[in-house]
Amino acid sequence: MSTISTDTHQHAGQHDADHGHHHPPAGFKRWFYTTNHKDIGTLYLLFALTMFFIGGLMAMVIRAELFQPGLQLVQPDFFNQMTTVHGLIMVFGAVMPAFTGLANWLIPMMIGAPDMALPRMNNWSFWILPFAFAILLMSLFMEGGGPGFGWTFYAPLSTKYSGDSTALFVFSVHIMGISSIMGAINVIVTIFNLRAPGMTWMKMPLFVWTWLITAFLLIAVMPVLAGTVTMVLTDKYFGTSFFDAAGGGDPVLFQHIFWFFGHPEVYIMILPAFGIVSSIVPTFARKPLFGYASMVYATSSIALLSFLVWAHHMFTTGMPVFAELFFMYCTMLIAVPTGVKVFNWVATMWRGALTFEVPMMFAIAFIVLFTIGGFSGLMLAITPADFQYHDTYFVVAHFHYVLVTGAIFSIIAAAYYWLPKWTGHMYDETLGQWHFWCSLISVNLLFFPMHFVGLAGMPRRIPDYALQFADFNALISIGGFAFGLSQLLFLWVVVKCINGGKPATNQVWEGAEGLEWQLTSPPPYHSFTTPPDVK
Amino acid sequence: MANTMYHRCSLLALLCVDSAIAAEMPLNMTRGVTEISQKVYDLHMTIFYICCVIGLVVFGAMFWSILHHRKAKGVQPAQFHESTKVELLWTAIPVVILVLMAIPATRTLIAMEDTSKSEVTVLVTGSQWKWHYKYLEYPVEYYSLLATPAKQIQNKLRKNENYLLEVDRPLVIPTGKKVRFLMTSDDVIHSWWVPAFAVKKDANPGFINEAWTQVDQPGTYRGQCAELCGKDHGFMPIVVVAKTPEDFDSWIRAEGERLAKLKAAEQELLSMQMSMTDAMAMGEKVYQGYCAACHQPTGTGLPGVFPALKGSKMATDPGQKSAHIQIVLNGKAGTAMQAFGKQLSLQEIAAVITYERNAWDNNTGDLVQAADIQAAKNGQKE
Repeated sequence: MSTISTDTHQHAGQHDADHGHHHPPAGFKRWFYTTNHKDIGTLYLLFALTMFFIGGLMAMVIRAELFQPGLQLVQPDFFNQMTTVHGLIMVFGAVMPAFTGLANWLIPMMIGAPDMALPRMNNWSFWILPFAFAILLMSLFMEGGGPGFGWTFYAPLSTKYSGDSTALFVFSVHIMGISSIMGAINVIVTIFNLRAPGMTWMKMPLFVWTWLITAFLLIAVMPVLAGTVTMVLTDKYFGTSFFDAAGGGDPVLFQHIFWFFGHPEVYIMILPAFGIVSSIVPTFARKPLFGYASMVYATSSIALLSFLVWAHHMFTTGMPVFAELFFMYCTMLIAVPTGVKVFNWVATMWRGALTFEVPMMFAIAFIVLFTIGGFSGLMLAITPADFQYHDTYFVVAHFHYVLVTGAIFSIIAAAYYWLPKWTGHMYDETLGQWHFWCSLISVNLLFFPMHFVGLAGMPRRIPDYALQFADFNALISIGGFAFGLSQLLFLWVVVKCINGGKPATNQVWEGAEGLEWQLTSPPPYHSFTTPPDVK
Repeated sequence: MANTMYHRCSLLALLCVDSAIAAEMPLNMTRGVTEISQKVYDLHMTIFYICCVIGLVVFGAMFWSILHHRKAKGVQPAQFHESTKVELLWTAIPVVILVLMAIPATRTLIAMEDTSKSEVTVLVTGSQWKWHYKYLEYPVEYYSLLATPAKQIQNKLRKNENYLLEVDRPLVIPTGKKVRFLMTSDDVIHSWWVPAFAVKKDANPGFINEAWTQVDQPGTYRGQCAELCGKDHGFMPIVVVAKTPEDFDSWIRAEGERLAKLKAAEQELLSMQMSMTDAMAMGEKVYQGYCAACHQPTGTGLPGVFPALKGSKMATDPGQKSAHIQIVLNGKAGTAMQAFGKQLSLQEIAAVITYERNAWDNNTGDLVQAADIQAAKNGQKE
């Protein structure tokens, strides 16, 4: 860390001597009081990495219990708490903050701005997060344990039938929501107001575009989540009956509201990934991105469609057949813009001059494995077949393909791609390649057989299973442990790169294009104090 | 055990999977045993093959590019970056494929949701963590509980072939007839799933969902609860036995008579006095089957979730005896404590309360009789 601070310090000094009074204080105060987009970006990324390992440890507990049939290590109650908190931490603690961290670091540099538009709010939106997750994690140590109703907290399991940790869960989700909304407002205001002269909408890098659309999705749906958890709270403690038929409510109403948030949330976790891959592939293909405009339109249509498909998570709840058909057709339709994106990436690679540094390896793995997750998504859209897939390991396989080899792989790719820019040092390519291959093999060993056990009839969220699933579960667990261990390599690469390494040039990658590569590596403390020229 | 270890090792080493193992491990969705489940299987395979073909084309192009368009080969990158023609084409082709796919899916879905003209109706009620079946046309209803002994789950006994997929009383349906299921729940949301019928429908508290099946082959079909419903979600299996209409008729007649006899016997029992030993023995059995999942086999409960009975005021204070009977009969609103009045016989309730008041050093010496329970029930009605 200290290396970053002195380096940025120096460069800031060279770049704009006038801004000397902006030099940050040292130590804890620097990080606690900071309003600088890079510092806050770093905080977000380190926080996400920490949460990734904590959530990962919970996944290890789950996989250890499922290694063999029978109950060995944990009791069903605690098992449910592990699946619940693993999900919450990975979604709200790892993936979303990592993307916000990337947005903080990159958006000002990509649009030629000095910083984010609302720096104090930026500080606040980060610093409430550790409290949210401290509350959530503390609930695990309460009498009766933490939340055990799944990250989807379906009522009435989460209302009448839950423990008092529900109150902490609700409060912590509220804080996460406030943080996300503030982050999103900041991104929108920054992109609308701080673009360098000449940076028209259709010249914005795709990462900026996808994040802009993501930010609108966040503002649209995080309040819905806040409403949902509030209704859970009042149903549990204040005698309301939103989700209780005995009082005139409806438990299925919960699912409609939750998934009206939940489905756009899925795209919140993947659209920035599309932006990252659209930045990396052209660089290592040494060829401009194919179909820039269609990428923008495809992203926008995915975002709009995401509001019309929520009930495909609920085909078995007993909807009218007409509603089932409507949601089936809309869901199938999403395959079209998603397909356009994949075709565009392949067309970008086509007849390029490809090289295969670690970011490109992860980006290629993203395209292939995310597409596999997309295929199973298309299968899940077929309602009659969904009756067989729903709530089985097939679904677990599906969303881990899109979230782990999709969202997380894109975040790792982004880290390798921009680390030299952020730190001023090249990362260790050999270690990085080791990390890639270990991750690639183990992640498929982990998630691919889940398709099979799911199709064979293993329900999700069970701590013990029938004997015919035993062999595959052992294999899946081994894949899980291997994937978990492989991520320690990533930690090593990152720490090593922060502490030193071959100095990076400003350009870093031969084929890299965009404003961030015009800055020094590492960039000055206040990115662009005079707006660059955008041709 | 050694056998599975061997299989596991062979998998680990990624040796060839011999056919014996492959037979044990199903890889694909079941075709099931009904016309609908066959249609669902066909849809599943069709969309799967479509995905395979698209995958082959897209990944094929990509890997061609990776092999041939690499800088190491000294190629110069092309500079093209758009082509309206190609882009329109790869938007239009998926749309056509999807429309073609939507047609059979729509047809199957409409057939699946048509529950009209059924001949037998079963009301399926989920509760934590068991299923209840009630035949609307016959005087037959009963609970169906997991039959796997706890010792197998705790790895103290060798596991059965149908480990976790066996119940004490399966649902019995006739073959060749359209059977309609009405699903509901007493507490949280459960989901009734039998893969062989391609039936999965949520059981929502306070609402009734419909599903149907028509099974043509007699046999035993197994499934599980598919919606997270709390602690023992993994331990509430479903077993359906399909019998020929003749066998079904004789079964349901016999079952109706058996249940009627039980009821009559219960009335007679009211005047009988159980001895402490008998009550404790029966009470322990009922306790382990119905109460131990929450209150734990040793009566200690789970702090913060399920209250302890051992040493509790409710189970030790003589003044609380009638409250104890009431809570077992009627449950406690707003908690996971169910009403057992309709699940257990008077004698069973009397025995389990006796057990709870005397086991684990509770030692109140209270002996509750079936007549006391009947009195408590009558008291409610007035």
